[in-house]
Amino acid sequence: MKEILEIIESNPKIPHKDIATMTGLTEAQVASKIKEMENKGIIRKYKTVIDWEKAGEEYVYAIIELKVVLRSRTGYDAIAERIAKFPEVVSVRLISGGHDLSLTVRGKSMKDVAFFVAEKIATLEQVQGTVTHFVLRTYKQDGDILFEKEHSERLAISP
Amino acid sequence: MSGKFVATTVKNIPPSGIRKFFDLVLEMEGVISLGVGEPDFVTPWHIREACIYSLEKGFTTYTSNLGLLELREWISKSFKNDYKVDYDPKNQVLVTTGVSEAADLAFRAVINPCDEVIIPEPCYVSYKPSVSMAGGKPVPVPTFRENEFRVTCEQIQKSITRKTKALVLSYPNNPTGAIMRQKDLEEIADVVNENDLVVISDEVYGKLTYEGAHTCFSSISGMKDRSIILNGLSKSHAMTGLRIGFATGSEELIGAMTKIHQYSMLCAPITAQMGAIEAIKNGNAEMEKMVKEYDRRRRMVVNGFNNLGLDCFEPLGAFYAFPSIKSTGLTSEEFAERLLKTEKVAVVPGDVFGECGAGHLRCSYATSREQLVEALSRIGSFLDKI
Repeated sequence: MKEILEIIESNPKIPHKDIATMTGLTEAQVASKIKEMENKGIIRKYKTVIDWEKAGEEYVYAIIELKVVLRSRTGYDAIAERIAKFPEVVSVRLISGGHDLSLTVRGKSMKDVAFFVAEKIATLEQVQGTVTHFVLRTYKQDGDILFEKEHSERLAISP
Repeated sequence: MSGKFVATTVKNIPPSGIRKFFDLVLEMEGVISLGVGEPDFVTPWHIREACIYSLEKGFTTYTSNLGLLELREWISKSFKNDYKVDYDPKNQVLVTTGVSEAADLAFRAVINPCDEVIIPEPCYVSYKPSVSMAGGKPVPVPTFRENEFRVTCEQIQKSITRKTKALVLSYPNNPTGAIMRQKDLEEIADVVNENDLVVISDEVYGKLTYEGAHTCFSSISGMKDRSIILNGLSKSHAMTGLRIGFATGSEELIGAMTKIHQYSMLCAPITAQMGAIEAIKNGNAEMEKMVKEYDRRRRMVVNGFNNLGLDCFEPLGAFYAFPSIKSTGLTSEEFAERLLKTEKVAVVPGDVFGECGAGHLRCSYATSREQLVEALSRIGSFLDKI
């Protein structure tokens, strides 16, 4: 199982036939194992990493740190869940340190993001303060280096 | 030029068969090369960073001839962990500039004029010339697919004369990918003992063993004092160009090798030694990832060749497949040359590694899966045309 996950983690489009060869399983076994992992939610979804800038679309990303005051009996989960429901919010994490929650927000412009935070997030009752960091450039995302990848400069033939 | 200044021993060494291909490939574009004897991974970043840090700190001096003590301690520790063999880092471990240097030192340290050295083939290209340059006589022993390219104790026994001094073992093997079972090694150990031989065992591909664990020759009972184990980080940690190899053996043998090393190489480069410490200390996770990936490609390639109708022995170590092309009626060299010219895939003819390699090709799978798939499909269309 783990072996299959490692193979498809960076490329879900590898044909089952090839996975079968690499793992020594039959094609049917591979298909049923993958199905099983999809059903169990081990494989959450297959995603496409897009360079939107190259596609001519400009997006602005910001990391927002929140200080949260908990209301009686509802924990962090409740407020995190509320925030997570906004489609503008790309990720929500509970963090240690000076702040409680860390969000990534995506918008069409800086104004867009700023207004969203001011109107939708800062106004939440439990949110005591926000700090917004606009992302100027992304160098690495989801384990993928976004600048020129390095490759081995090998000679074509060696002993 | 008459070449009158060049020594006869050197003149008599045939040029490497790999060289000719290398020159051909250089002239072409769009070639997929399966002819490469090194990893396609770049050296893991933490190792490179250790090298950079050492430069920043100004570690640019000579080291002890034997190598940095800390590195030797780590090497000794890893032998104990991996193979349960004890080597004293003070005098039984020598750090060299790649395993090639270690092999050369080992031959020069043990060979008296005209001593015979048994070398199972196919094998890495340097052993025979190194033995000749050390004044010895290489005695090749062929291995075959029928016996999974393993040398047998009977074969060794038959090749022994009163002049036989040493036996070379190189498993996991370049170019076949063959490995030895513990039982094979034990049988060979008996022959070695009876005939009072010294064994030079090149185990640089030891970490790249895909079924079961590698058996270090000196872990066989009674063999530690009569063997020199050659190993290094080039293949396991993708650091070929950093040139770190090492030899382990008895104080007597390592002492003899160190004598030559101190007058020729002096010491391995300190930057690379610093990187090597980091590699052994913290490099296991990255290494295991690379080995796993090689294993996947190995299955793909072996399967690919067999599907193309080229009988391919299942390699259990290193990163080479060694398919037979006898069914095509071409010689290895014809096949390789025509394949390169018509389909732009570079492979190495098997006879470069010894006569018995004829009719085979060495194809390295230390290349991305995408490239391997493309190479196999090009070989397929080449086969359709001949």
